Amino acid sequence: MTATGKLPGSSFYGAEATVALADLAQASSLGGRLEQLRGASVVLATEDQLTAALLLIELDGVARRMVLCPPDLPQQHLSEVVRVAEAGVIVRDIADAQAMPFGTTTQITATASLTPIQTPRRQSQQTEWVLLTSGTTGAPKLVAHTLASLAGPSRAPMRADKTIWSTFYDIRRYGGLQIYLRAVLGGVSLVLSSAKEAAADFLARAGAIGVTHISGTPTHWRRVLMSGVAQRISPQYVRLSGEIADQALLDSLRAVYSKARIVHAFASTEAGVAFDIEDGKAGFAAELLERPASGVELKIQDGTLRIRGVRNASRYLGDAASALAQSDGFVDTGDMVELRSGRYYFVGRKGGVINVGGLKVHPEEVEAVINTHPRVRMSLVKSRKNPITGAIVVAEVVMNGDKSQASDFLDTQALTKEIIDTCRRALPAHKVPAMIRFVPALEVSASGKLVRPGA
Amino acid sequence: MSVRSTIVEQFEEVAKEQKRKLAPLTDNLQLLDSGLDSLSFAIVVARLEESLGFDPFNAAEVVDFPLTFGDFVRLYETTSATR
Repeated sequence: MTATGKLPGSSFYGAEATVALADLAQASSLGGRLEQLRGASVVLATEDQLTAALLLIELDGVARRMVLCPPDLPQQHLSEVVRVAEAGVIVRDIADAQAMPFGTTTQITATASLTPIQTPRRQSQQTEWVLLTSGTTGAPKLVAHTLASLAGPSRAPMRADKTIWSTFYDIRRYGGLQIYLRAVLGGVSLVLSSAKEAAADFLARAGAIGVTHISGTPTHWRRVLMSGVAQRISPQYVRLSGEIADQALLDSLRAVYSKARIVHAFASTEAGVAFDIEDGKAGFAAELLERPASGVELKIQDGTLRIRGVRNASRYLGDAASALAQSDGFVDTGDMVELRSGRYYFVGRKGGVINVGGLKVHPEEVEAVINTHPRVRMSLVKSRKNPITGAIVVAEVVMNGDKSQASDFLDTQALTKEIIDTCRRALPAHKVPAMIRFVPALEVSASGKLVRPGA
Repeated sequence: MSVRSTIVEQFEEVAKEQKRKLAPLTDNLQLLDSGLDSLSFAIVVARLEESLGFDPFNAAEVVDFPLTFGDFVRLYETTSATR
Protein backbone atom coordinates (compact mmCIF):
# COMPACT_ATOMS: atom_id res chain seq x y z
CA MET A 1 0.00 0.00 0.00
CA THR A 2 1.45 3.31 -0.89
CA ALA A 3 0.36 6.65 0.34
CA THR A 4 -0.12 8.05 -3.06
CA GLY A 5 -1.97 11.10 -2.02
CA LYS A 6 -3.30 10.78 -5.53
CA LEU A 7 -5.22 13.93 -5.08
CA PRO A 8 -3.38 16.95 -3.87
CA GLY A 9 -4.54 17.88 -0.42
CA SER A 10 -5.66 14.47 0.84
CA SER A 11 -4.99 14.43 4.54
CA PHE A 12 -5.66 12.83 7.85
CA TYR A 13 -7.53 15.31 10.06
CA GLY A 14 -7.03 14.45 13.72
CA ALA A 15 -8.59 16.33 16.60
CA GLU A 16 -5.28 17.97 17.42
CA ALA A 17 -3.26 17.87 14.22
CA THR A 18 -3.57 17.39 10.48
CA VAL A 19 -1.10 15.55 8.28
CA ALA A 20 -1.04 15.71 4.50
CA LEU A 21 -0.47 12.24 3.12
CA ALA A 22 1.85 13.51 0.42
CA ASP A 23 4.30 14.42 3.20
CA LEU A 24 4.77 10.74 4.04
CA ALA A 25 6.73 10.27 0.83
CA GLN A 26 9.62 12.19 2.32
CA ALA A 27 9.09 12.01 6.04
CA SER A 28 8.42 9.50 8.78
CA SER A 29 6.73 9.20 12.14
CA LEU A 30 9.48 6.82 13.27
CA GLY A 31 12.40 9.21 13.38
CA GLY A 32 14.64 7.21 11.04
CA ARG A 33 14.07 3.86 12.74
CA LEU A 34 11.91 2.32 10.02
CA GLU A 35 14.62 -0.11 8.85
CA GLN A 36 14.80 -1.62 12.33
CA LEU A 37 11.28 -2.83 11.74
CA ARG A 38 11.85 -4.50 8.40
CA GLY A 39 10.74 -8.12 8.63
CA ALA A 40 9.79 -7.71 12.28
CA SER A 41 6.60 -8.55 14.12
CA VAL A 42 5.47 -5.17 15.43
CA VAL A 43 2.81 -4.24 17.96
CA LEU A 44 1.37 -0.77 17.32
CA ALA A 45 0.25 0.55 20.67
CA THR A 46 0.16 4.30 20.29
CA GLU A 47 -2.50 6.23 22.14
CA ASP A 48 -2.81 8.74 19.34
CA GLN A 49 -4.96 7.54 16.47
CA LEU A 50 -3.38 9.91 13.95
CA THR A 51 0.06 8.45 14.67
CA ALA A 52 -1.37 4.96 14.16
CA ALA A 53 -2.88 6.07 10.85
CA LEU A 54 0.57 7.12 9.65
CA LEU A 55 2.31 4.01 10.99
CA LEU A 56 0.02 1.68 9.03
CA ILE A 57 1.12 3.29 5.78
CA GLU A 58 4.77 3.31 6.74
CA LEU A 59 4.93 -0.24 8.01
CA ASP A 60 2.83 -2.04 5.42
CA GLY A 61 5.27 -3.85 3.18
CA VAL A 62 8.07 -3.40 5.69
CA ALA A 63 7.02 -5.27 8.83
CA ARG A 64 6.28 -8.98 8.69
CA ARG A 65 3.32 -8.48 10.97
CA MET A 66 1.55 -5.44 12.47
CA VAL A 67 -0.79 -5.82 15.43
CA LEU A 68 -3.26 -2.95 15.70
CA CYS A 69 -3.92 -2.30 19.37
CA PRO A 70 -6.83 -0.07 20.27
CA PRO A 71 -6.06 2.58 22.87
CA ASP A 72 -6.59 1.82 26.55
CA LEU A 73 -5.80 -1.85 26.19
CA PRO A 74 -5.03 -2.91 29.77
CA GLN A 75 -1.36 -3.51 30.46
CA GLN A 76 -1.72 -7.23 31.12
CA HIS A 77 -3.54 -7.72 27.83
CA LEU A 78 -0.87 -5.75 26.02
CA SER A 79 1.83 -8.06 27.42
CA GLU A 80 -0.18 -11.06 26.30
CA VAL A 81 -0.63 -9.60 22.82
CA VAL A 82 3.12 -9.01 22.54
CA ARG A 83 3.74 -12.60 23.56
CA VAL A 84 1.19 -14.22 21.25
CA ALA A 85 2.26 -12.06 18.31
CA GLU A 86 5.91 -12.90 19.07
CA ALA A 87 6.57 -9.23 18.67
CA GLY A 88 10.15 -8.00 18.56
CA VAL A 89 9.10 -4.36 18.63
CA ILE A 90 6.36 -2.35 20.27
CA VAL A 91 5.68 1.14 19.00
CA ARG A 92 4.25 3.69 21.43
CA ASP A 93 3.88 7.41 21.34
CA ILE A 94 4.60 8.15 24.95
CA ALA A 95 8.25 7.87 25.85
CA ASP A 96 7.33 6.01 28.98
CA ALA A 97 9.93 6.46 31.65
CA GLN A 98 8.74 3.30 33.33
CA ALA A 99 9.48 1.64 30.01
CA MET A 100 9.52 -1.89 29.11
CA PRO A 101 7.59 -4.53 30.93
CA PHE A 102 7.92 -6.51 27.74
CA GLY A 103 11.00 -8.60 28.27
CA THR A 104 13.31 -8.44 25.30
CA THR A 105 10.92 -6.56 23.08
CA THR A 106 12.30 -3.27 21.84
CA GLN A 107 10.14 -0.27 22.49
CA ILE A 108 10.32 2.66 20.10
CA THR A 109 8.33 5.83 19.89
CA ALA A 110 6.49 7.35 16.99
CA THR A 111 4.93 10.75 16.55
CA ALA A 112 2.57 12.47 14.17
CA SER A 113 5.12 15.29 13.85
CA LEU A 114 6.99 13.86 10.89
CA THR A 115 10.74 14.08 10.47
CA PRO A 116 12.36 13.99 7.02
CA ILE A 117 13.84 10.76 5.68
CA GLN A 118 16.76 10.43 3.27
CA THR A 119 15.77 7.41 1.19
CA PRO A 120 12.30 6.60 -0.03
CA ARG A 121 10.58 3.74 1.68
CA ARG A 122 10.58 0.43 -0.14
CA GLN A 123 8.22 -2.45 0.27
CA SER A 124 9.81 -5.88 0.62
CA GLN A 125 7.11 -8.25 1.81
CA GLN A 126 3.45 -8.87 2.36
CA THR A 127 2.56 -7.74 5.84
CA GLU A 128 0.14 -9.64 8.05
CA TRP A 129 -2.38 -7.22 9.59
CA VAL A 130 -3.55 -8.44 12.98
CA LEU A 131 -6.63 -7.03 14.72
CA LEU A 132 -7.88 -7.68 18.22
CA THR A 133 -11.34 -8.84 19.07
CA SER A 134 -12.71 -9.48 22.54
CA GLY A 135 -12.66 -13.11 23.56
CA THR A 136 -15.27 -14.38 26.02
CA THR A 137 -12.84 -14.22 28.91
CA GLY A 138 -11.92 -10.60 28.25
CA ALA A 139 -8.43 -11.31 26.94
CA PRO A 140 -8.34 -10.30 23.29
CA LYS A 141 -8.08 -12.78 20.44
CA LEU A 142 -5.63 -11.91 17.67
CA VAL A 143 -7.21 -12.14 14.24
CA ALA A 144 -4.80 -12.27 11.30
CA HIS A 145 -5.75 -10.66 8.00
CA THR A 146 -3.90 -9.53 4.91
CA LEU A 147 -4.38 -6.20 3.21
CA ALA A 148 -6.27 -8.06 0.49
CA SER A 149 -8.78 -9.62 2.89
CA LEU A 150 -9.24 -6.31 4.68
CA ALA A 151 -9.62 -4.10 1.67
CA GLY A 152 -11.60 -6.46 -0.52
CA PRO A 153 -11.96 -6.13 -4.24
CA SER A 154 -10.44 -2.91 -5.50
CA ARG A 155 -13.01 -0.29 -6.09
CA ALA A 156 -13.19 1.97 -9.06
CA PRO A 157 -11.00 4.94 -8.28
CA MET A 158 -13.17 7.47 -6.67
CA ARG A 159 -13.95 10.39 -8.88
CA ALA A 160 -13.62 12.02 -5.67
CA ASP A 161 -13.30 15.71 -6.07
CA LYS A 162 -14.94 16.30 -2.77
CA THR A 163 -15.19 12.94 -1.01
CA ILE A 164 -14.07 13.15 2.58
CA TRP A 165 -14.50 10.13 4.80
CA SER A 166 -14.97 10.00 8.52
CA THR A 167 -15.82 7.47 11.16
CA PHE A 168 -16.77 7.47 14.84
CA TYR A 169 -14.82 4.28 15.27
CA ASP A 170 -11.19 4.11 16.16
CA ILE A 171 -9.41 3.01 12.97
CA ARG A 172 -7.67 0.22 14.84
CA ARG A 173 -10.95 -1.65 15.12
CA TYR A 174 -12.37 -3.51 12.14
CA GLY A 175 -15.20 -1.08 11.42
CA GLY A 176 -12.90 1.93 11.57
CA LEU A 177 -10.15 0.22 9.63
CA GLN A 178 -12.56 -0.37 6.77
CA ILE A 179 -13.13 3.35 6.49
CA TYR A 180 -9.43 4.13 6.85
CA LEU A 181 -8.67 1.79 3.94
CA ARG A 182 -11.43 3.25 1.79
CA ALA A 183 -9.96 6.69 2.29
CA VAL A 184 -6.30 5.79 1.84
CA LEU A 185 -6.76 3.41 -1.09
CA GLY A 186 -9.18 5.85 -2.65
CA GLY A 187 -6.72 8.69 -2.26
CA VAL A 188 -9.08 10.91 -0.30
CA SER A 189 -9.05 12.60 3.09
CA LEU A 190 -10.14 11.10 6.38
CA VAL A 191 -11.37 12.88 9.52
CA LEU A 192 -10.41 10.90 12.59
CA SER A 193 -12.46 10.87 15.77
CA SER A 194 -10.89 11.28 19.19
CA ALA A 195 -11.78 9.71 22.50
CA LYS A 196 -11.10 13.05 24.17
CA GLU A 197 -13.46 14.97 21.94
CA ALA A 198 -17.15 15.35 22.76
CA ALA A 199 -19.55 14.09 20.09
CA ALA A 200 -20.89 17.57 19.42
CA ASP A 201 -17.38 18.95 18.87
CA PHE A 202 -16.49 16.08 16.57
CA LEU A 203 -19.59 16.70 14.48
CA ALA A 204 -18.82 20.41 14.32
CA ARG A 205 -15.24 19.71 13.24
CA ALA A 206 -16.27 17.09 10.68
CA GLY A 207 -18.96 19.39 9.33
CA ALA A 208 -16.56 22.30 9.01
CA ILE A 209 -14.10 20.16 7.06
CA GLY A 210 -16.93 19.07 4.79
CA VAL A 211 -17.25 15.34 5.50
CA THR A 212 -19.29 13.60 2.80
CA HIS A 213 -19.14 9.94 3.90
CA ILE A 214 -19.36 8.84 7.50
CA SER A 215 -19.62 5.53 9.34
CA GLY A 216 -20.46 4.39 12.87
CA THR A 217 -22.33 1.87 14.95
CA PRO A 218 -26.08 2.22 15.50
CA THR A 219 -25.26 3.27 19.06
CA HIS A 220 -22.94 6.01 17.75
CA TRP A 221 -25.71 7.20 15.47
CA ARG A 222 -28.34 7.22 18.21
CA ARG A 223 -26.06 9.42 20.24
CA VAL A 224 -25.71 11.76 17.28
CA LEU A 225 -29.48 11.99 17.10
CA MET A 226 -29.62 12.71 20.84
CA SER A 227 -26.88 15.32 20.64
CA GLY A 228 -29.13 17.93 19.09
CA VAL A 229 -26.38 18.83 16.62
CA ALA A 230 -26.87 16.11 14.01
CA GLN A 231 -27.30 18.83 11.40
CA ARG A 232 -23.73 20.02 11.81
CA ILE A 233 -22.80 17.49 9.16
CA SER A 234 -24.39 17.13 5.71
CA PRO A 235 -23.21 13.74 4.55
CA GLN A 236 -24.06 12.17 1.22
CA TYR A 237 -23.47 8.73 2.63
CA VAL A 238 -24.31 7.49 6.12
CA ARG A 239 -23.06 4.04 7.02
CA LEU A 240 -23.92 1.80 9.97
CA SER A 241 -22.22 -1.40 11.07
CA GLY A 242 -21.21 -3.34 14.14
CA GLU A 243 -24.64 -3.80 15.69
CA ILE A 244 -28.13 -4.53 14.47
CA ALA A 245 -29.54 -1.50 12.65
CA ASP A 246 -33.22 -1.48 13.55
CA GLN A 247 -35.94 0.06 11.43
CA ALA A 248 -36.63 2.90 13.86
CA LEU A 249 -33.05 4.10 13.62
CA LEU A 250 -32.90 3.81 9.83
CA ASP A 251 -36.09 5.85 9.61
CA SER A 252 -34.80 8.51 12.02
CA LEU A 253 -31.57 8.87 10.04
CA ARG A 254 -33.48 9.14 6.78
CA ALA A 255 -35.55 11.93 8.31
CA VAL A 256 -32.52 13.87 9.51
CA TYR A 257 -30.25 13.28 6.50
CA SER A 258 -32.86 13.32 3.79
CA LYS A 259 -30.38 13.74 0.96
CA ALA A 260 -28.01 10.98 2.04
CA ARG A 261 -27.72 7.35 1.09
CA ILE A 262 -28.29 5.38 4.29
CA VAL A 263 -26.44 2.05 4.21
CA HIS A 264 -26.11 -0.61 6.86
CA ALA A 265 -23.41 -3.23 6.56
CA PHE A 266 -22.89 -6.58 8.12
CA ALA A 267 -19.31 -7.41 9.04
CA SER A 268 -17.24 -8.98 11.78
CA THR A 269 -13.55 -8.93 12.52
CA GLU A 270 -13.25 -12.64 11.71
CA ALA A 271 -15.69 -12.98 8.84
CA GLY A 272 -15.03 -9.66 7.18
CA VAL A 273 -17.59 -7.65 5.30
CA ALA A 274 -20.54 -9.66 4.06
CA PHE A 275 -22.88 -7.18 2.48
CA ASP A 276 -24.27 -3.68 2.41
CA ILE A 277 -27.99 -2.96 2.48
CA GLU A 278 -29.26 0.24 0.97
CA ASP A 279 -32.97 -0.36 0.56
CA GLY A 280 -33.85 1.52 3.72
CA LYS A 281 -35.06 -1.56 5.52
CA ALA A 282 -33.61 -3.45 8.43
CA GLY A 283 -32.38 -6.97 7.77
CA PHE A 284 -31.65 -8.28 4.29
CA ALA A 285 -33.68 -9.80 1.47
CA ALA A 286 -33.63 -13.60 1.35
CA GLU A 287 -32.39 -13.53 -2.26
CA LEU A 288 -29.11 -12.13 -1.00
CA LEU A 289 -28.18 -15.64 0.08
CA GLU A 290 -28.30 -16.68 -3.56
CA ARG A 291 -26.68 -13.58 -5.01
CA PRO A 292 -24.19 -12.23 -2.50
CA ALA A 293 -21.43 -9.76 -3.28
CA SER A 294 -18.63 -11.21 -5.36
CA GLY A 295 -16.09 -13.24 -3.44
CA VAL A 296 -18.45 -13.82 -0.52
CA GLU A 297 -20.76 -16.76 0.14
CA LEU A 298 -23.49 -16.69 2.76
CA LYS A 299 -25.49 -19.39 4.44
CA ILE A 300 -27.71 -19.81 7.48
CA GLN A 301 -26.90 -22.80 9.64
CA ASP A 302 -28.51 -23.58 13.00
CA GLY A 303 -30.04 -20.14 12.93
CA THR A 304 -26.81 -18.18 12.59
CA LEU A 305 -25.31 -16.44 9.59
CA ARG A 306 -22.13 -18.00 8.20
CA ILE A 307 -19.75 -16.36 5.74
CA ARG A 308 -17.04 -17.76 3.48
CA GLY A 309 -14.88 -15.79 1.13
CA VAL A 310 -12.04 -13.51 0.34
CA ARG A 311 -12.81 -11.15 3.20
CA ASN A 312 -12.41 -13.81 5.91
CA ALA A 313 -9.46 -13.49 8.23
CA SER A 314 -6.91 -16.25 7.78
CA ARG A 315 -6.56 -17.45 11.37
CA TYR A 316 -6.28 -16.64 15.05
CA LEU A 317 -2.74 -16.30 16.37
CA GLY A 318 -1.65 -18.21 19.44
CA ASP A 319 -0.91 -21.83 20.33
CA ALA A 320 -4.22 -22.38 22.08
CA ALA A 321 -6.12 -20.60 19.32
CA SER A 322 -9.25 -22.33 18.08
CA ALA A 323 -10.02 -22.61 14.39
CA LEU A 324 -11.40 -19.41 12.96
CA ALA A 325 -13.55 -21.13 10.35
CA GLN A 326 -15.51 -24.38 10.27
CA SER A 327 -14.19 -27.36 8.34
CA ASP A 328 -16.10 -26.19 5.27
CA GLY A 329 -14.43 -22.81 5.42
CA PHE A 330 -17.46 -20.88 6.57
CA VAL A 331 -17.03 -18.55 9.54
CA ASP A 332 -19.86 -18.58 12.06
CA THR A 333 -20.68 -14.97 12.84
CA GLY A 334 -22.63 -15.94 15.97
CA ASP A 335 -25.43 -13.62 14.85
CA MET A 336 -28.86 -15.17 14.79
CA VAL A 337 -31.31 -14.43 12.01
CA GLU A 338 -35.01 -15.07 11.48
CA LEU A 339 -36.88 -15.22 8.20
CA ARG A 340 -40.09 -13.21 8.05
CA SER A 341 -41.93 -12.67 4.76
CA GLY A 342 -38.95 -13.17 2.53
CA ARG A 343 -36.58 -11.06 4.58
CA TYR A 344 -33.99 -12.07 7.14
CA TYR A 345 -33.80 -10.02 10.31
CA PHE A 346 -30.98 -10.05 12.80
CA VAL A 347 -32.42 -10.99 16.14
CA GLY A 348 -29.36 -11.09 18.33
CA ARG A 349 -26.14 -12.72 19.40
CA LYS A 350 -26.31 -16.44 19.99
CA GLY A 351 -24.93 -16.09 23.52
CA GLY A 352 -27.34 -13.33 24.51
CA VAL A 353 -30.57 -15.30 24.57
CA ILE A 354 -32.82 -14.83 27.62
CA ASN A 355 -34.72 -17.93 28.69
CA VAL A 356 -38.17 -17.15 30.11
CA GLY A 357 -39.75 -20.36 31.33
CA GLY A 358 -38.22 -22.26 28.42
CA LEU A 359 -39.15 -19.66 25.82
CA LYS A 360 -36.28 -17.82 24.16
CA VAL A 361 -35.97 -14.04 23.84
CA HIS A 362 -33.32 -12.04 22.04
CA PRO A 363 -32.71 -8.71 23.74
CA GLU A 364 -32.08 -6.92 20.45
CA GLU A 365 -35.42 -7.96 19.06
CA VAL A 366 -37.26 -6.42 22.00
CA GLU A 367 -35.07 -3.30 21.82
CA ALA A 368 -36.05 -2.86 18.18
CA VAL A 369 -39.71 -2.71 19.23
CA ILE A 370 -39.14 -0.41 22.20
CA ASN A 371 -37.13 1.89 19.94
CA THR A 372 -40.15 2.42 17.69
CA HIS A 373 -41.81 4.50 20.39
CA PRO A 374 -41.35 8.15 19.38
CA ARG A 375 -40.14 9.23 22.81
CA VAL A 376 -37.51 6.51 23.05
CA ARG A 377 -34.01 7.16 21.79
CA MET A 378 -32.40 3.86 22.74
CA SER A 379 -32.90 0.92 25.04
CA LEU A 380 -31.13 -2.03 26.58
CA VAL A 381 -33.01 -5.22 27.33
CA LYS A 382 -31.64 -7.54 29.97
CA SER A 383 -32.41 -10.74 31.73
CA ARG A 384 -33.48 -10.53 35.37
CA LYS A 385 -33.42 -13.63 37.54
CA ASN A 386 -36.84 -14.82 38.55
CA PRO A 387 -37.91 -17.61 40.91
CA ILE A 388 -40.95 -18.52 38.80
CA THR A 389 -39.67 -18.61 35.22
CA GLY A 390 -35.92 -18.62 35.73
CA ALA A 391 -35.59 -15.24 34.10
CA ILE A 392 -37.78 -12.43 32.84
CA VAL A 393 -37.21 -9.58 30.44
CA VAL A 394 -36.58 -6.08 31.76
CA ALA A 395 -35.58 -2.93 29.92
CA GLU A 396 -33.62 0.24 30.51
CA VAL A 397 -34.77 3.11 28.35
CA VAL A 398 -33.21 6.41 27.37
CA MET A 399 -35.77 8.96 26.30
CA ASN A 400 -35.10 11.46 23.56
CA GLY A 401 -35.94 15.11 23.41
CA ASP A 402 -34.60 17.98 25.42
CA LYS A 403 -35.53 16.49 28.72
CA SER A 404 -33.68 13.24 29.01
CA GLN A 405 -35.49 12.42 32.22
CA ALA A 406 -39.21 11.91 32.54
CA SER A 407 -40.58 15.18 33.82
CA ASP A 408 -42.54 13.73 36.66
CA PHE A 409 -43.83 10.57 38.18
CA LEU A 410 -47.10 10.53 36.24
CA ASP A 411 -45.27 11.06 32.98
CA THR A 412 -43.02 8.08 33.81
CA GLN A 413 -46.04 5.95 34.60
CA ALA A 414 -47.81 6.90 31.40
CA LEU A 415 -44.73 6.38 29.28
CA THR A 416 -44.02 3.01 30.87
CA LYS A 417 -47.53 1.90 30.04
CA GLU A 418 -47.21 3.13 26.46
CA ILE A 419 -43.93 1.33 25.92
CA ILE A 420 -45.27 -1.90 27.37
CA ASP A 421 -48.39 -1.60 25.22
CA THR A 422 -46.21 -1.03 22.16
CA CYS A 423 -44.32 -4.22 23.00
CA ARG A 424 -47.49 -6.13 23.72
CA ARG A 425 -48.86 -5.33 20.26
CA ALA A 426 -45.70 -6.45 18.51
CA LEU A 427 -44.38 -9.33 20.62
CA PRO A 428 -45.58 -12.49 22.34
CA ALA A 429 -46.17 -12.08 26.08
CA HIS A 430 -42.92 -13.64 27.30
CA LYS A 431 -40.87 -11.13 25.31
CA VAL A 432 -42.59 -8.07 26.75
CA PRO A 433 -40.49 -6.39 29.45
CA ALA A 434 -41.91 -6.93 32.92
CA MET A 435 -40.41 -3.65 34.03
CA ILE A 436 -39.02 -0.51 32.47
CA ARG A 437 -36.43 1.70 34.07
CA PHE A 438 -35.64 5.12 32.64
CA VAL A 439 -31.97 6.01 32.63
CA PRO A 440 -30.15 9.10 31.42
CA ALA A 441 -27.62 7.08 29.43
CA LEU A 442 -26.52 3.56 28.60
CA GLU A 443 -22.99 2.27 28.83
CA VAL A 444 -21.23 2.14 25.51
CA SER A 445 -18.03 0.18 24.90
CA ALA A 446 -14.89 1.63 23.42
CA SER A 447 -15.90 0.07 20.13
CA GLY A 448 -19.15 2.03 20.08
CA LYS A 449 -21.52 -0.78 20.96
CA LEU A 450 -23.98 -1.09 23.81
CA VAL A 451 -22.42 -2.95 26.71
CA ARG A 452 -24.45 -6.04 27.39
CA PRO A 453 -24.28 -7.92 30.70
CA GLY A 454 -22.27 -11.10 30.43
CA ALA A 455 -21.23 -10.31 26.88
CA MET B 1 -49.77 0.60 52.17
CA SER B 2 -49.78 -2.85 53.72
CA VAL B 3 -47.94 -5.75 52.21
CA ARG B 4 -51.27 -7.44 51.53
CA SER B 5 -52.76 -4.51 49.67
CA THR B 6 -49.58 -4.06 47.63
CA ILE B 7 -49.82 -7.68 46.60
CA VAL B 8 -53.50 -7.41 45.73
CA GLU B 9 -52.79 -4.35 43.64
CA GLN B 10 -50.06 -6.13 41.69
CA PHE B 11 -52.19 -9.20 41.05
CA GLU B 12 -54.96 -6.99 39.69
CA GLU B 13 -52.68 -4.86 37.56
CA VAL B 14 -50.85 -7.78 36.01
CA ALA B 15 -54.10 -9.64 35.36
CA LYS B 16 -55.40 -6.58 33.56
CA GLU B 17 -52.24 -6.21 31.48
CA GLN B 18 -52.15 -9.86 30.60
CA LYS B 19 -55.86 -9.77 29.85
CA ARG B 20 -56.66 -12.53 32.30
CA LYS B 21 -59.75 -12.95 34.38
CA LEU B 22 -58.68 -12.88 38.00
CA ALA B 23 -60.56 -15.06 40.45
CA PRO B 24 -61.64 -13.38 43.71
CA LEU B 25 -58.52 -13.15 45.89
CA THR B 26 -59.48 -15.04 49.04
CA ASP B 27 -56.92 -16.67 51.32
CA ASN B 28 -58.12 -20.15 50.31
CA LEU B 29 -57.76 -19.50 46.58
CA GLN B 30 -55.41 -22.03 44.99
CA LEU B 31 -52.87 -19.97 43.03
CA LEU B 32 -53.19 -22.35 40.08
CA ASP B 33 -56.88 -21.43 39.93
CA SER B 34 -56.30 -17.71 40.18
CA GLY B 35 -56.38 -17.13 36.44
CA LEU B 36 -52.71 -16.13 36.27
CA ASP B 37 -50.12 -18.19 34.38
CA SER B 38 -46.44 -18.65 35.28
CA LEU B 39 -45.40 -15.62 33.29
CA SER B 40 -47.92 -13.45 35.12
CA PHE B 41 -46.65 -14.72 38.47
CA ALA B 42 -43.13 -14.04 37.38
CA ILE B 43 -44.05 -10.46 36.59
CA VAL B 44 -45.92 -10.05 39.89
CA VAL B 45 -42.91 -11.30 41.85
CA ALA B 46 -40.53 -9.05 39.91
CA ARG B 47 -42.65 -5.96 40.46
CA LEU B 48 -43.17 -6.77 44.12
CA GLU B 49 -39.42 -6.93 44.48
CA GLU B 50 -39.21 -3.43 43.00
CA SER B 51 -41.90 -1.96 45.22
CA LEU B 52 -41.29 -3.86 48.47
CA GLY B 53 -37.53 -4.18 48.08
CA PHE B 54 -37.21 -7.90 48.56
CA ASP B 55 -37.82 -11.25 46.92
CA PRO B 56 -38.86 -13.82 49.55
CA PHE B 57 -38.03 -16.68 47.18
CA ASN B 58 -34.46 -15.55 47.23
CA ALA B 59 -34.18 -15.69 51.01
CA ALA B 60 -31.54 -18.00 52.44
CA GLU B 61 -33.82 -20.71 53.83
CA VAL B 62 -35.58 -23.17 51.61
CA VAL B 63 -38.98 -21.80 50.78
CA ASP B 64 -42.11 -23.91 50.56
CA PHE B 65 -43.73 -22.74 47.45
CA PRO B 66 -47.03 -21.04 48.35
CA LEU B 67 -50.09 -22.98 47.19
CA THR B 68 -52.82 -20.52 48.07
CA PHE B 69 -53.15 -16.78 47.88
CA GLY B 70 -53.09 -16.72 51.67
CA ASP B 71 -49.75 -18.63 51.67
CA PHE B 72 -48.37 -16.12 49.20
CA VAL B 73 -49.36 -13.11 51.30
CA ARG B 74 -48.07 -14.75 54.51
CA LEU B 75 -44.73 -15.49 52.83
CA TYR B 76 -44.29 -11.84 51.97
CA GLU B 77 -45.52 -10.61 55.35
CA THR B 78 -43.15 -12.95 57.18
CA THR B 79 -40.16 -12.01 55.09
CA SER B 80 -41.01 -8.35 55.44
CA ALA B 81 -41.25 -8.64 59.23
CA THR B 82 -37.90 -10.41 59.61
CA ARG B 83 -35.96 -7.89 57.51
